[in-house]
Amino acid sequence: MAPESDVKIQDTSVPAAKNGGTFHEGLKDGLAIGLGYLSVSFSFGILAVSSGLSWWQAVLVSLTNITSAGQVAGVGIMSASGGLIEMMISQIVINLRYSLMAISLSQKTDRSMNTVKRALLAYGLTDEIFGVAVSKDHEVGSKYFFGLTVLPVTGWVTGTLLGAILGGIFPEFLTNALAVGIYGMFISIVIPKAKHSRMVMACSLIACTISCLLFYVPWLKSHISSGFAVIIAAVIAALVGVFCFPHDDEGEKEVAA
Amino acid sequence: MNITVFLTYLFVMAFTTYLVRALPFTLFRKKITSKRIKAFFDLIPYTVLSAMTFPAILYATGSLPTACAGLAVALVLSFFEKSLLTVAVGACVATLAATGVMMLIQMK
Repeated sequence: MAPESDVKIQDTSVPAAKNGGTFHEGLKDGLAIGLGYLSVSFSFGILAVSSGLSWWQAVLVSLTNITSAGQVAGVGIMSASGGLIEMMISQIVINLRYSLMAISLSQKTDRSMNTVKRALLAYGLTDEIFGVAVSKDHEVGSKYFFGLTVLPVTGWVTGTLLGAILGGIFPEFLTNALAVGIYGMFISIVIPKAKHSRMVMACSLIACTISCLLFYVPWLKSHISSGFAVIIAAVIAALVGVFCFPHDDEGEKEVAA
Repeated sequence: MNITVFLTYLFVMAFTTYLVRALPFTLFRKKITSKRIKAFFDLIPYTVLSAMTFPAILYATGSLPTACAGLAVALVLSFFEKSLLTVAVGACVATLAATGVMMLIQMK
């Protein structure tokens, strides 16, 4: 089935591929994420080695997980000799947002996304890849999505390798400054959208406020893990948006897609 | 770390993370028709990223003033809809510059 997919089988595949975006377009869109990941995973490489992993173990963790927060928690559990159930639960909780994103992205995929491709491409679903994919003005096809994941995965793994090996050489102030990069990427996804949609703006502010409450109120902080805090803040803020705003401005995009 | 122990952890970690992504992506295929549910899933990425950024970004550098410099530059660059990379690099450079200024102030 793989060789067939490259050759146009019937004429429907051509407009479908164009509509869902090309591999090259995905590659281009993924470049910025890949470069960003290179610097962020550099920090992860440093952290993993300082937690007792060897350089190849740090690289394997990055290659098989592609998730910043989940990996940081996972490496922490490894170095503390935590239980496997704990590992499982922490990964489910911290990465639960990917489930929400997967369902959300499902609403935007075109017909080229069959079960096998979905099962393979799900591996590369990250916050930033999702953010870029959903912000496209066309449907997301398998070729586009594959292209979009190539450079970020490469950057994530390469950065981890570099960090694991070179981390000790870099001065701390430099690695600290590089850590801001990942949040810069988050901001660059949210702000342009918030600028054009009051609902997104309001919901983002609500999410920030709840997240801060969960962090700064001592009782809440000691009872709710950071992974859960993100989920609670995000779900409440989105629900407020759903029930307090009319949904006309979201509708126009759907008509186009 | 013992290789067998590491590989066991790695497998559990990677497999769980994979299923969290792949199960909903492969099983949940129906187009959602309800406007409200659709709006919920449209909003989720932005609320997730917002909640992950605040207040975490303030503590990312280990120094509030340098983190604020990075945050401010990221906000301004994104407001003018600069690319992902420009914003990320701009934030890092601003943080580095602020770190330099802080070092100068502390030296005096």
